[in-house]
Amino acid sequence: MKKIAILGAMTVAGLSAGVASAATLDDVKARGKLNCGVITGLVGFAAPNANGEWEGFDVGVCRAVAAAVLGDPTAVEFVPTTGKTRFTALASGEIDLLARNTTWTFSRDVDLGFEFVGINYYDGQGFMVPKELGVSSAKELDGATVCIQTGTTTELNLADFFRSNNISYEPVPIETNAEAQPLYLEGACDVYTTDASGLAATRAAFENPGDHVVLPEIISKEPLGPLVRHGDNQWGDIARWTLNALIAAEELGVTSANVEELGAAAGNNPEINRLLGTEGTLGEMLGLDADWAKRAIMAGGNYGELFEKNIGENTPIGLARGLNAQWTEGGLLYSPPFR
Amino acid sequence: MSDTHAHSVAFVRDTMLPEQPPPVSEAGAVKWVRENLFKGWFNSILTILSIYFIYVIVSGAWPWFANGIWTTSSLAECREMLDGMTGACFSVLTERWNQLLFGFKYPPEAYWRPILAFVLLIVAIAPVLYPKAPRKMLAFTAVYPFLAFWLIWGGTLLIPLMVMVGMMAGYFAFKRFERQSFAMGMLAGLIAAVVVIWAGGIIPSSMPDVLALQAIPSRDLGGFMLNMILGTVCVSLSLPLGIVLALGRQSSMPIIKWICVIFIEFIRGVPLITLLFVANVVLAYFFPPGSNIDLVLRVIIMITMFSSAYIAEVIRGGLAALPRGQYEAADSLGLDYAQSMRLIILPQALKISIPGIVNVAVGLFKDTVLVSVISMFDLVGMIRGPILASTEWNGVYWELWGFAVFVFFIVCFSISKYSQWLERQLATDHR
Repeated sequence: MKKIAILGAMTVAGLSAGVASAATLDDVKARGKLNCGVITGLVGFAAPNANGEWEGFDVGVCRAVAAAVLGDPTAVEFVPTTGKTRFTALASGEIDLLARNTTWTFSRDVDLGFEFVGINYYDGQGFMVPKELGVSSAKELDGATVCIQTGTTTELNLADFFRSNNISYEPVPIETNAEAQPLYLEGACDVYTTDASGLAATRAAFENPGDHVVLPEIISKEPLGPLVRHGDNQWGDIARWTLNALIAAEELGVTSANVEELGAAAGNNPEINRLLGTEGTLGEMLGLDADWAKRAIMAGGNYGELFEKNIGENTPIGLARGLNAQWTEGGLLYSPPFR
Repeated sequence: MSDTHAHSVAFVRDTMLPEQPPPVSEAGAVKWVRENLFKGWFNSILTILSIYFIYVIVSGAWPWFANGIWTTSSLAECREMLDGMTGACFSVLTERWNQLLFGFKYPPEAYWRPILAFVLLIVAIAPVLYPKAPRKMLAFTAVYPFLAFWLIWGGTLLIPLMVMVGMMAGYFAFKRFERQSFAMGMLAGLIAAVVVIWAGGIIPSSMPDVLALQAIPSRDLGGFMLNMILGTVCVSLSLPLGIVLALGRQSSMPIIKWICVIFIEFIRGVPLITLLFVANVVLAYFFPPGSNIDLVLRVIIMITMFSSAYIAEVIRGGLAALPRGQYEAADSLGLDYAQSMRLIILPQALKISIPGIVNVAVGLFKDTVLVSVISMFDLVGMIRGPILASTEWNGVYWELWGFAVFVFFIVCFSISKYSQWLERQLATDHR
């Protein structure tokens, strides 16, 4: 099915190149709503709550873009997509932006005709095993049965890892994270592999999290980020710089609490001034007004606030910042300057 | 004769003995148990084994039910309350009850609308299902689809009203021309309906607020309500379509015959999930960007096509089972094609096809959960997506899936019971 989806996306990318490149910004403004593709449900990243409002880390990106473009963080039509429908939904123009923990790979960027606008979460594929298995390294997993989600990069990474280490495994294909949990707990597979963030979230939901360990090996790079269609660079720039604005805001100490005050009048820090539109014309260059970044930050806070609120150490998922800390704190988050 | 042997036999009883109750082992519950459960050593062993297994299952599952917790608001709280005991966290059902039934985006203040539509469905469907219900109710059945559409999707009442007026115009045109020929009547009816709907389409767009309920886009439908909508709509649409296809396949007109054959064979040769992917993904490419044909409508079209092909084959079986003489009898009475089909062939063929049609209907109803794969939030989609992915309920499985099984079982079992009843009602062959 994945192949079909990719083939379909390729055919269409050719067919619709002329059609889809019409200015997305104008479409969104005319519609008054941003159509944002999200996952059908992943703890902490995107899920509707008991009141039916979407919440999560990826959802925060959608809301920030909507706030920047339309001035209203709630002007988002969330379009749930599965691993199989996400790319066609974007290619066909059903959605304007896909923020669905999608790994940035060469072929997706180049061959499928998409534009990754940045990375909002640096992930990597890991393994979780029951403690009683007594395994301390992924290289000891010869002959293990592995639960793995189909249609994702994890499937390919797993094959690569086992082949390069000359060990064998037996895959148990599953559709969603939610299906993997009971299968793993009932012992249908010895190992569960997915992105480390997913493993942490899964383990946190177990009755006895202490009975399971996440192995130290991280076997792949999984840079997850939002993406848009090829061919509309202005729209791509808006999405890219909204994400950068959230990251830069954390670096510069701009939070949802003080953004109002800092943005009211030009202060001493010229970069904050340029970011918040009290100096320079960055917003105008994007085709937006001067307050765009201010609104994006007010929507859900800067990158750090979004992280803490949805997936940080005080949430049930409890992820540490790790690679996703600012570059000044030993992480990889590094926004180009706002100049 | 009583004295024939009087000289040779010492005693002859000349009255009946009073009836004795049968031996305890040959009557009532004991007899039943002996005959059904303990007949021979082999059956006895099987019985004892079965009782043992039932005991193990019940005694294992009972504490889980009995200790069930219904009032907490998250899985962590529930586990804390259980404090290590075995017990179910049914509170996920109570907390997410509305989401399971209506999806997560249907506005809560409008819940009464699908509920009312469901209650009215029972009223509307009664005269169709039960021949004894008053015939006058059929008028309501004819109005119901338009009413239900208005209740569930909202918007102005004028739109369904216009469509209904168009249909009625079509019906009267059909009646008017039917005397000339059936095909002529159909054509006239179709033209009348299209003209009236097209012409009347101006009225609702100029007055969008007349008798309007809050409009709800179909993307917001979800939960078991979506399964029910898809199931009812698709079954009721695919039955007439299936009859037409089955008749078309038997037609002597080659073009009609081949269109029907190709349609049926193509649809039957394709998995439903593929059709759903086509509906969701591929169709979007063929329409100009921006002209968003409603996703639920696309899915309804696909499922209806799928099940009508199957129903057509079931009905073809019924048609083939009728003896040739029935067709000839109809011809010899001077009935034309439409009359002979309507009055003689179809009533018999459909009766034979009931079990098969119900089989398709039950299968179709269960297949509606496949829409969860194309990211629609029906009951299964709600469980797999939003509920299991919420931080509160990540990790609850048995309770949710058990609920889904229970709900589907109730509906499918009722359909099956109804069809058995209907077969008994229609059994006229004095077997």
